[in-house]
Order: sequence, then structure tokens, then C-alpha cells
Amino acid sequence: MPAVDVSGLVVRYPGDVTAVDGLSFTAEAGEVLALLGPNGAGKTTTVETLEGYKSPTAGTVRVLDLDPVADHARLTSRIGVMLQKGGVYPGIRPVEALRLFAAFYDSPEHPARLLDRLGLAGVARTPWRRLSGGEQQRLSLALALVGRPEVAFLDEPTAGVDVAGRQVIREVIGELRDRGACVLLATHELDEAERVADRVVIVDHGRLLAEGTPAELMSATERTSIDFGAPPDLDVAGLSAAVGASVVEVRPGQYSVATAPSPATVAAITAWLAEHDLPLGDLRAGRQSLEDVFLRLTGDS
Amino acid sequence: MNKVLAQTRVELALTLRRGESVLLSLGIPVLLLVFFSFVDVLPTGTDDPIDFLAPGVLALAVMSTAMVGLGIATGFERQYGVLKRLGSTPLGRPALLAAKTLAILAVELLQVAVLAAVAVALGWRPSGSVVAMVPAMLLATVAFAGLGLLMAGRLRGEAVLAAANGLYLVLLLLGGMVIPVGELPGALRTVARALPAAALSDVLHATSTAAAVPGRAWLVLVAWAVVAPLAAVVTFRWE
Repeated sequence: MPAVDVSGLVVRYPGDVTAVDGLSFTAEAGEVLALLGPNGAGKTTTVETLEGYKSPTAGTVRVLDLDPVADHARLTSRIGVMLQKGGVYPGIRPVEALRLFAAFYDSPEHPARLLDRLGLAGVARTPWRRLSGGEQQRLSLALALVGRPEVAFLDEPTAGVDVAGRQVIREVIGELRDRGACVLLATHELDEAERVADRVVIVDHGRLLAEGTPAELMSATERTSIDFGAPPDLDVAGLSAAVGASVVEVRPGQYSVATAPSPATVAAITAWLAEHDLPLGDLRAGRQSLEDVFLRLTGDS
Repeated sequence: MNKVLAQTRVELALTLRRGESVLLSLGIPVLLLVFFSFVDVLPTGTDDPIDFLAPGVLALAVMSTAMVGLGIATGFERQYGVLKRLGSTPLGRPALLAAKTLAILAVELLQVAVLAAVAVALGWRPSGSVVAMVPAMLLATVAFAGLGLLMAGRLRGEAVLAAANGLYLVLLLLGGMVIPVGELPGALRTVARALPAAALSDVLHATSTAAAVPGRAWLVLVAWAVVAPLAAVVTFRWE
């Protein structure tokens, strides 16, 4: 039994707006699944259906084999929720909020330990409205975790968070998975999905576009060019002859070699540059980045 | 029970920490009480203005906490997604409602203690049954909380703030709290008598002066205590 099971989910809003349009996927215990898509792709609607805030128009959703709406009272003690925005009393202090939420659960995490883990000990008594965006996000995450959830739903957890804060959030998500929880992460940030997710489900217009581990998604399509940076105005004809493939300068200082990447071609390019005593900038060969995959998929749909 | 108490504690702490809510629940009633007992300009119809003012200001205190305080706080909690977030915890709506009720009663207890002490210091000597005031204040709390939640369940926080404060002022003037309802012109008096504010102060005046309690006032209070919360339940939007 998967921890999260979405099957043929359709959610329509009044005015005939279809937010989710036949989406199916599952997530297992001990897995971080990223629901990746541009803004308005239906990620939040999907997550809120799983949290029991919305009912499916068609299809079914199950969380821990329970119905999020009908079995809501039995599910709340087993899930943790981080809303995309807000959800906290403007005047409450982090330590107060965590103690309050801890009182809702049978065997909660220790509030002081969580404050420490998320780097909030220094602002434990600062009212929510005076916290920075990153601190607010970290407190929201702490509130989602205080009940030791079996499934955690995190909607854009790193939005507006600085680099150090992101690192902490990634680590905490990793710890959550390591103790066997299922983490469902909605994000539009490719980098986050690639770094923290075991599996990625790419959605747009409420439909599934692709699914797999980041590695699977990135190697699913062969790259058909080698791209590199070097000084502008190179002799592309000479270089083309040397590597045996057509080279074009796509914009000043950026070159694209129209061939499937191979070590031999890369060697030919670098040898030619060395011969002419030219520096090499960045070099992209091999598999696509998740961004390439994402842009190709969401661009087509 | 542990959940309800934790929630009550936070509701109470947040209320007492908000300057404007303390001003509304204690500052204004105390000020009105002290000012008009020294500046005897109100047509109170009693020998000592404090005999009219004390029960009136107690009625005002109930209205400010149950309607204005609760309404504004709940309106902003709804707007900021607090109610939504609490909805996915094991707290549950009945427990949240219980906690809010307990917090309101605690604030009212504090208000009654402070206001009664100030009134007694100013020479108030209630001659009737003070205990009989309790059910009237409880009924009024339910009625005013219903009105507060009716606004909070549909309007944005800022709109609740404006609406609740506006209604507070209207009911203060028409509610027999500082100006006797009998002093109002005919049509306005009829309207005022149908409102929960005047009904509450009528009962409090009568019980504190050992006068006969008008049955109509009880009827009006009960009616509002049934209709207002029902309307709030039917129209309330959690997010």
C-alpha cells in the first residue's frame, strides 16, 4: 500500500476551471516525491485534496489508505502540513506556536529541539509577523513536523528562503525520509526537486507530463549537441572541420556543436582550443539538465 | 482536554498581548465609567450616575469582548490561513470553538472583576441579585459571539475591523449603556429595544437595582442568542 495514492484525480472549480485533469501517481513511505510544475500547474490543488481541504470532482485520493475527507479526523494525527502561505497567528512566538501544536499530538517532537534544528532558537520569542520570510518558512516546516507525521505535505517549502535556510530545510527533509516518512513536496524550483527528491512527477495544466527519478528524467532524452563557451568570433569553419561536425556560434562566445556527445568529440574540441591557445568556458555535454527536460515538457504542452 | 487548554491559553495570551484589544475590553469601559460618574451630564435618571453606568458598562464589556474582539481576531485568523492550518491538525473544530469560548469567558471574568471593583470604588452599591446578572451575560455572550463570527466568517480582516467597530459604536449609543434607551426618540427607541445590546443592559439595570426584569428583554436576548450563532454557522467560510 503506497503512503499516498492519487488515481485519475480531477478537480474542477466553479466557473468550469479545471485545476487537475486526470492525475495519477503514488508515493511510498521513506520516499521524497516532488510534484514539480510551473505556477498554476495544479500542484497546490492536488496537495490540498490530499490534505482533505478539497474533494475530488472525479477520481480518488488515498493517504495511508484513508480518505482525506471522510476519514479526516483519523488522518490529522498522522500527517503534517505546510501551507504555501501563512497559517500562523501573526502575534504568536515560535516557541508558543510549537508548544501549542505539540499539545495536539500524542508523542510530539520536543519544541526546543525542533527550534534548534531549524535554526530558530535565536528568534524563539519573536512574534511571527516580525520574522523574516525564511524564518517564517522554517517555523511552518517545524509546525508540520512537530507531530512526527507519517506523511508530510510541504507546499513550496523553500520559497523566499536564503541559501543557508535552504540547506537546513533539505537536511530536515532528508531526516524525515530516513526515519521512514513519506514526503510530498510541491515546488516550481527545479534545483530543489533535483537536490531533495527521490522521484519527481512533472505536472502542467493539471496533467502528468513525466515521472521518474531525477537521473531517469535527465537521461530519458539524448542530448543532440555539445555546448561550450569560449572567446567570441572563433573560426567556426576550422573548428567544424577539426571535430567533424557543424559548429555554430549561437551568441557571441557561446558555441553549439551539432553532434551527439562523445568523449572523442569533446577531446577534438578541447584539442583544437589548446592548439589555438584559447581558453574554454563552461562545457555541457552528456545528459540534459532537469531544466532542459522541464522546459521541453512544459513548453510543448 | 489538553488540546483545548493549550489552545485556550494561546487565544488568551494573544488577546491580552494586543494593545487595541485591551483598550477595547478594559480601557474604554473604565474610562466611560470614571468620566461620566464624575462629569454628571448623562440623563441617567438615577440618584447617582454610577448606578446606571455600572451595569451599562458591564454590558459594554461583554459586547466588546464577545463581538468585537472575537470577530476581529477570527476575521484575521481566517484571512491569514490560521483556521485552515488548524483544520489539518488533530485539534478539531469543536475543540477550537470550546477554546475560543473559554478564552472569552476568562476575559469577561477579568473585565467584570476590574469594572466591578472600579464601580464599587466609585460608590456603586448594587441592591438587586448580582447572581441573576450571570445568565443574562452568558446569553448575551452567545448572541454577540454569533454576530462577531457572522462578520468574521465572510469578510476580510480589515472589513471585519471596520464593521465590528462601527456596530460597536451604534450599539453603544442605542444599547442603553451610557444613554438610557428611554431618552431616545420614539422610532429609534423601538429599534433599540429589539437589539441585543439594549436587552442586555435592560436586564443588568433591573437586576442590579432590584427592579422587575422586563420579560421582553429576556425574550430579545434569547432570540439573538439563537439566531446570530445559527446565521454564523450557516454562512461561515473557513478559508
